[in-house]
Amino acid sequence: MAVEYSWPSKEKSQAIGKRVKRLDGMEKSTGKAKYTYDVNLKNQLIAKGLGCPHASCSIKSIDISAAQKVPGVVEVMPLKKVDDKVEFQGDLLIVVAAESEGAAREGVAACKVEYEQLPVFVKDSDLAAAQAAGRTSRGGGKVQTEKEPGKDENADDFAVKEIERLLKEAAHVIEAEYGIDAITHCCLEPHGSTVEWNGKDLTAYLSTQNVSGCDEGFAQGLTTAGVNTANSDVEVICNYIGGGFGGKFQPDYWAIAAAQISKKTGRPVKFMLDRDQELKIAGCRPSGYIKVRLGADQEGRITVWDSEHWGTGGANPAGVNQAVIPYVFAPKNYRRNAINIKTNNGIYRAWRAPNHPQACAITQTAIDDLAMKMGADSFDIFMKNLGTNDKPLVAGAKPSVYKAEMERAAQLMDWKAKWHPHGKGQAKGSIVDGLGMAIHTWGGGAGQSSCTIKIHPNGDVEATCGTQDLGTGTRTVIALVLAETFGLPYESVRLNIGSSKMPVSGASGGSTTVGGISESHRRAAQDAFAKIAELVGKKLDVDPAKLEAVNGRVQSTDDAKKSVSWKEACSLLGMSPLEVKGEFARGSKTNLSSSQVGGVQMAHVEVDKETGVIKMKKFVAIQDIGLVIAPQQAESQINGALIMGIAYSLFEQRISDPNTGAFVNADLANYKLARIGDIGEFVVEFYEPESERGRGVIGLGEPPVIAPGAAISNAVANALGVRVSPLPLTPQRVLAALKKAKA
Amino acid sequence: MALRTTGPGTLAPDPHSGFSRRDFLRGSGAAAAAAGIAHETQSAFAQEKGKQVASGQQTITLNVNGKDQQVKVEPRMTLLEVLRYQLDLTGAKPVCTDGSSGAATVLVDGKPMQANTMLAMQAVGKKIATVESLANDAVPRAFTECDAQQCGFCTPGFVVGVRAFLNMKPKATEEEIRNGLNGNLCRCGTYANVIQAALKVVKGGA
Repeated sequence: MAVEYSWPSKEKSQAIGKRVKRLDGMEKSTGKAKYTYDVNLKNQLIAKGLGCPHASCSIKSIDISAAQKVPGVVEVMPLKKVDDKVEFQGDLLIVVAAESEGAAREGVAACKVEYEQLPVFVKDSDLAAAQAAGRTSRGGGKVQTEKEPGKDENADDFAVKEIERLLKEAAHVIEAEYGIDAITHCCLEPHGSTVEWNGKDLTAYLSTQNVSGCDEGFAQGLTTAGVNTANSDVEVICNYIGGGFGGKFQPDYWAIAAAQISKKTGRPVKFMLDRDQELKIAGCRPSGYIKVRLGADQEGRITVWDSEHWGTGGANPAGVNQAVIPYVFAPKNYRRNAINIKTNNGIYRAWRAPNHPQACAITQTAIDDLAMKMGADSFDIFMKNLGTNDKPLVAGAKPSVYKAEMERAAQLMDWKAKWHPHGKGQAKGSIVDGLGMAIHTWGGGAGQSSCTIKIHPNGDVEATCGTQDLGTGTRTVIALVLAETFGLPYESVRLNIGSSKMPVSGASGGSTTVGGISESHRRAAQDAFAKIAELVGKKLDVDPAKLEAVNGRVQSTDDAKKSVSWKEACSLLGMSPLEVKGEFARGSKTNLSSSQVGGVQMAHVEVDKETGVIKMKKFVAIQDIGLVIAPQQAESQINGALIMGIAYSLFEQRISDPNTGAFVNADLANYKLARIGDIGEFVVEFYEPESERGRGVIGLGEPPVIAPGAAISNAVANALGVRVSPLPLTPQRVLAALKKAKA
Repeated sequence: MALRTTGPGTLAPDPHSGFSRRDFLRGSGAAAAAAGIAHETQSAFAQEKGKQVASGQQTITLNVNGKDQQVKVEPRMTLLEVLRYQLDLTGAKPVCTDGSSGAATVLVDGKPMQANTMLAMQAVGKKIATVESLANDAVPRAFTECDAQQCGFCTPGFVVGVRAFLNMKPKATEEEIRNGLNGNLCRCGTYANVIQAALKVVKGGA
């Protein structure tokens, strides 16, 4: 009989939805968990790289002879040749492998390279300068009007006229600029690998979000470099990863270099980037700056949106995708245009919720400025622009979801009591406070995943899946799904993850992991249980369809006395374990998972008008993710997203020297992140009524990191009565905005 | 006035502390560590009279987690390199080179120090305790119960930081915890849970 894959109701759930300890919590808390950086192989060499000191140059000469003579240096491998061009600071030129870190560093320092410096451009916020420097390219755009052009009218001309007409007729118009600077991924475990060959087989311990996909990356990279390697020759292993955030999907060229050196020397090689290299070359989030004209009716409903935005993805021109402008809100009339800028900065990579945090920060601020201009409550203006489920004015989640979440968030924030018109709060000395909000959406559909579940005749349960744990709680989620299906304690399940030799599971990106692994494991587990139930049914003379696994027993749903222990049930398997494969293809029709979530966030801040320092008081986050498998770990993920959001709203920015293009704050003392004293109070809740829970599992990684920028910026505007831009809202930017407003 | 700290930039006045800011500065900056090396080397190699500067490989004895361990070091090696590469104690992590992340926090004679900004030779004659020695401590238990970790890379340093802070202030309030643990960086954003974990230890719940 075909098994119908489904989740139990909230009331009947025995494991999913329960708050439990992270399965690998003690390993992580006591230093037992071994990350790529921690893997020490016998006789290993330590590699370090020479990063290019210039942001834009051509290589004139490379001399490695002195480096080769440094005691302890075993191999020096140039990655660039004469006349190669370098387009951003830190790009690796030479790798030195040595007996110790000290020797490797001394070797790097002994490398002699001559450069010819080339013109540099890094002023990504300055569109006119970028155009003058010939650094811009089209990033796409779209115009839409409610009214159609006349029969003989040119469509483009009509749209231009129509947008102008709507702006002219609008009761309220906001004309302003907003922005958000580029930031980096800044993983605490830098990118890198520890690699070892055994004949033609390569074992690569790699800090990666893509265990199942990186064997191919190694094989291709090595083959291109002249070391013929098949995908099947490579095993990628990652038991623990120290941060990913979208930057660790490939074995980068430096991991290929490590494997080449390992091949040549016959010794294992560990090559992890230095901190400054991690910041300069291993991924960043594009900046976004925008000029907006927004028109609204008397009530504050947006009637027209007109914007042009620009930004940079570094040496590969890219910016914020025009398709998410304005963010979530979808006015009937809009024109949006994107311009990409090429700068001499490191190349962008997917950064947690690509495009969304920037889009939210540079557009939902304009909507809040509408409230400021009208003297209205931002809550009311956001609410009026949601529309209804029949006639939504938003793209993303249902208006009813946002409405319910906004009401709950307002209650938890005590919004009505705390709110005051923008800039009209009661000051305590130089301190003013303010409230701000923003809303977000994300797909988060389940990713591709396969796994095997083995049930041993002694009752042991073992699951194997080529997935990874970015901090999501991957192991805990799988254990809860299996515990739910087999009626066992979640700690009793044996889990194997983190190798490319295991069943293929998708990369952890785009909030696809928990959906994917829940799908594959629930399917395999239900199939496995059906087989066990068949055996037990025969023994107990009960219809197998009427058997359930509860509290370590397999029992009849009609008569719980008709039962056997789990161990006894498994002993019916005979001599061999039962092995079942679970598979889920992304996009398949399913009852277990779904996509498209909505969330609402509200921030309460205090701003010191004399020093410009902003302090977080309270943050409320209400999040829909369908069915929540592991609420404790999911809540932690939201806490974390809020903290990342506070970082990029108040502190975090890549600072490039305008003349040389140097990344001047590429260390953790100066690349400012939030610290424990900066976060204020958090209140986090899931919005999980049956209407949403019934949709099944949806990913959570991205959504909660999207709205903090706009929510915090709006709270600061509410406090000051003045918009501060761009993000991060540093004290000097706050003071500059206040000074400008006074003038 | 005496000051104390759990990491860089987190000095808080405390009249009962025996830990002076001077000690802290001397132990935590790379330059300060280098300045102290001549003296430390002399005391470690008393038989080598007249030598002011150590060079080449030396065998030294480090007391780590209650055990004397002989290790071969070069004067330039940090304590962190020796712990990780020679003793395979990889709990303390290499996240920064200036102590600003707190990820390499270990206890040296009971005081929180950054193993990446302290030379191995400087640790001779001192009692070094790494996160691995806290396997049965209440702090990692509380971290696990309060889910104060995501990727977990900063967690060992944070655990040692919290242990050191609570040794100094066993009855710490939430406000003191928020003000006193700014020396440790976390990128995943576990601070809210770390605060809960530290409070749990204070209340004896872990």
